[in-house]
Amino acid sequence: MTLTYFLTMLISGLRLGSVYALIAVGYAMVYGILRLINFAHGDIMTLGVYFMIALMISLGLPFWATMIISVILSIAVGLIMERCAYRPLRSAAEETVLISSLAVSTILQNLMTMIWTAQRMPVKLPAWLSVANRIGPFTIKTISFVTFGVTAAALIILTIIIRKTRIGVAMRACSENRKAAMLMGININRVIMFTFAVGSALAALAGFMMSGDYGTVYPTLGFTPSLKAFCAAVIGGIGSLGGSVLGAFIIGIAEMLFAGLVPTNLTNYRDAFVFAAMIVILLFRPNGIFGKQEGGRS
Amino acid sequence: MSPLKFKDVPVLRFIAFIVIPLVILILAAGAPKSYITSLIVTIGMYSLLCASLNLVNGFSGMFSMGHAAFMCIGAYMTSFFTVAPNVLAAHCPGLPNFMIHTSLPYPIALILGGLAAAVVSLVIAFPVVRTKGHYLSVATLALIVIVGAVVDNEEQFTYGSRGLTGIPAQSTVWPVWIVLIVCLFIMYRLVHSAYGRGLKAMRDDPTAAQTLGINLVSKKLSIFAFSAFFAGVGGGLYAHYLTTISSAAFSFTRSFAIVEISIIGGMGSLSGSFLGAIFYTIVPSLLQNLENGMVLFGTRLPQLFGLANIIMAAFIIILIIFRRQGLMGNSEIILDTYFRKSTYTALFKKGEWAKIPRYFADIPVRISAWSASRKKLRMEKKAP
Repeated sequence: MTLTYFLTMLISGLRLGSVYALIAVGYAMVYGILRLINFAHGDIMTLGVYFMIALMISLGLPFWATMIISVILSIAVGLIMERCAYRPLRSAAEETVLISSLAVSTILQNLMTMIWTAQRMPVKLPAWLSVANRIGPFTIKTISFVTFGVTAAALIILTIIIRKTRIGVAMRACSENRKAAMLMGININRVIMFTFAVGSALAALAGFMMSGDYGTVYPTLGFTPSLKAFCAAVIGGIGSLGGSVLGAFIIGIAEMLFAGLVPTNLTNYRDAFVFAAMIVILLFRPNGIFGKQEGGRS
Repeated sequence: MSPLKFKDVPVLRFIAFIVIPLVILILAAGAPKSYITSLIVTIGMYSLLCASLNLVNGFSGMFSMGHAAFMCIGAYMTSFFTVAPNVLAAHCPGLPNFMIHTSLPYPIALILGGLAAAVVSLVIAFPVVRTKGHYLSVATLALIVIVGAVVDNEEQFTYGSRGLTGIPAQSTVWPVWIVLIVCLFIMYRLVHSAYGRGLKAMRDDPTAAQTLGINLVSKKLSIFAFSAFFAGVGGGLYAHYLTTISSAAFSFTRSFAIVEISIIGGMGSLSGSFLGAIFYTIVPSLLQNLENGMVLFGTRLPQLFGLANIIMAAFIIILIIFRRQGLMGNSEIILDTYFRKSTYTALFKKGEWAKIPRYFADIPVRISAWSASRKKLRMEKKAP
């Protein structure tokens, strides 16, 4: 095995990691405020891709316009979901809301099946995105650069929002202590809606990156990646955004290296490896690597 | 005199929960294999799986979602002892010789399947039980992926994703329902023993339970293993119903279905698993007509695949918004009827049969009492 091969794997791992990071941040934000694992997060991601395809085919809009509109539509779906399925359960036990999110996920997946059938659909991106660039010994598709760029930009913008703006401060206050934040006059509903909006937008972006790379989309596309992104968030310590981004890169790189380096009869264990890694990490650090004390140990 | 309640009329409960189901079962068992009999078998299997899930989710305060993994282990283990040796030798040459060549009676194979699931669950429970809340849910979900990957890839043991075939179709009405009642009896006694009371104490307040001398870790591990045992038995039944199994039969979807059944019926009640299973089996099968584009008022509706699932999921959201404890809540009325002596002695007591006409005569009184209590509740809500 050569160093070049290893580095190629590392680069694919980074690309996968940045997709996971976009999803994981959405998970971590919602979890931080609502203590909810939003299983429907992955389906919002798939839905974003379907919106993009539908807009491209039916309206023939330019690429950038379809992306913007489908992100907005995904945000709308995220907000409707929050209003109908999660807000009435604000005072319920954690598990109850979890079931609600599972049901929402079922609804979204079946809606997509109903409208676009369960067949795989090709995702046609503009030609310039799938050009393979030769840089030294490596061949890297343009979409990989775009993925890195979009992820970096999104995370930087998010950091600025959370650090500097009023709504960002309110978000941090809510995830610290929701009741106290409410008593300080913060409009909780507005904060939660904003969180869902940002999460859905990031999920839709992640969906474009993922399906653009695979070239197809199908209704259950989002499920496994989003579960892995959740693992990433758990590994990083689910309250902390920085931690979940780091966890996402760890998972992405570890997954690609595992797929590339082990003997071929073991590569099918790729998904199992990721989840087993999560269980092992939870065994030693029940709150994740950067988690706060109050986390998951019983 | 206050109106009679349903639970105070043991003869009526006997008729509703024992006689009527028994008649249905006898009719179904006598009938040739059809859609209806398969529904009844499915209800039995789901009741068992859901009740075993409730042991963990409803009575111990942990929230496991990995039931499909234990089902899968139980299903394969049971099948190894019932599939004909020549089929096993051709498809799964990696198995140890005694497994290939022994054929055991179905009940013993089921118990072995359950034990295998329980042993694996103990190994896995050590890391998993240390986490809590959502972390435990996701860790148990992870289990499904891991077990599924092993089943798919260790072809010399399981014949991979092509699936293990040639499993005898032994899960007909009687075997399934007898296994179900026996298992429910064991679970019922377990929940109502000192052990079960300790379990509920742990669920309600772990710290207080610990100060009373309850060992939380051993309780959690043991109940996890019990639950996995019955899940394994349920998986074995399921395998002998499908006759061909692969990891796809034990995916997330299966686990989610069982969790949903347990939510519908009520997590804190073993009896609720009956209601949940009946609801979850019958309603989608009725909705299926809708999906295939039925004819309504002379116009043919379009085919809408997935509509049944959407309606079920929407119903679950509505249910947990308006009745979080599920249909049954904490009531064990059905199993109390089955497993309490008082039900059977009441049949021979004077006056118990006479309660039936009184019960029906009291219906208007009960309705007015109920509406009065609702009114009172509303008034209290208005003026706190």
